[in-house]
Amino acid sequence: MRTLIHLLIGIFFGIILFKSEAASWFRIYEMFRFDAIHMYGIIGSALAIGIVSIKAIKRFHVKSFFGAQIVIEPKERGFKKYLLGGIFFGLGWALAGACPGPIFTLIGAGFLPILVVLVSAIVGTYLYGILRDKLPH
Amino acid sequence: MDLVYNPWPWYVSGPLIAFIMIILILMGKRFGMSSNLRTLCTICGAGKQADFFKFDWKSQKWNLVVVLGTVIGGFIGANFLSPETAVAINPSTVSELHTLGFVSAGEAYLPTELFGVEVFSDIKTLALLIIGGILVGFGARYAGGCTSGHAISGLSNLQLPSLIAVIGFFIGGLFMVHVLFPLIF
Repeated sequence: MRTLIHLLIGIFFGIILFKSEAASWFRIYEMFRFDAIHMYGIIGSALAIGIVSIKAIKRFHVKSFFGAQIVIEPKERGFKKYLLGGIFFGLGWALAGACPGPIFTLIGAGFLPILVVLVSAIVGTYLYGILRDKLPH
Repeated sequence: MDLVYNPWPWYVSGPLIAFIMIILILMGKRFGMSSNLRTLCTICGAGKQADFFKFDWKSQKWNLVVVLGTVIGGFIGANFLSPETAVAINPSTVSELHTLGFVSAGEAYLPTELFGVEVFSDIKTLALLIIGGILVGFGARYAGGCTSGHAISGLSNLQLPSLIAVIGFFIGGLFMVHVLFPLIF
């Protein structure tokens, strides 16, 4: 049952990413040129609702659907890894025009070359795992 | 039905993405796509080479199911909900892309110059996709998250590390588009 719900959430998410054009390379390029409000509006409105909702979940000690306490763990403290990792990610996001969510959406949409991006992203993740101890964090 | 078939405006899409995050939190999970790439490494046996991949991947099976859904959603969105998939970006963006050689700008969902099937026989374009993918995977794990984990989930929880990461995303993205693109294309 839970698996089915997770699948449905994913399906809806995939549809949203495609229909919102957040999975379009063109929209990412346009965003980095500050030529349209589109992507900023998506992230901004998601944040406005997200911030209020998470505040409410914490304030009213909302339980999960299954009655468990909801714990939203804070991100680990740090600076270098977030900035440096973020810069690497941003370079790739702009070049490939897709972040991890849209990569999967675009596979479903039938763009075969995105498979090259997916396999490379898995390789990139692997490289991080191998080089982790040598990188500044 | 036009409301569904036309591209969804940002003020519909953004709140829906927030809804996805909240529903996952209420399911007792969290919203983050790039961690699946790590799970896939572990399934492929990367735990033998690096401790970073030694974890019980079955605990992340739920997220792989979400990803499977995301693929199916992309299929449905592209094949059943979008009679027209050309992305109407700003005309000035289109003309800028034309000067860079992207003639498909304004007429396609993705640039055919990068995502048409011809790229499989074009070494340069293939290399660009490979480099882009490696940067996305490497950077997301280095920063501990991607757009969903930091820009949406982390910032919604007012996390300073996520703000630093998002600033990094933009430093990298702006450098790529404004400095490197004119050299590459």
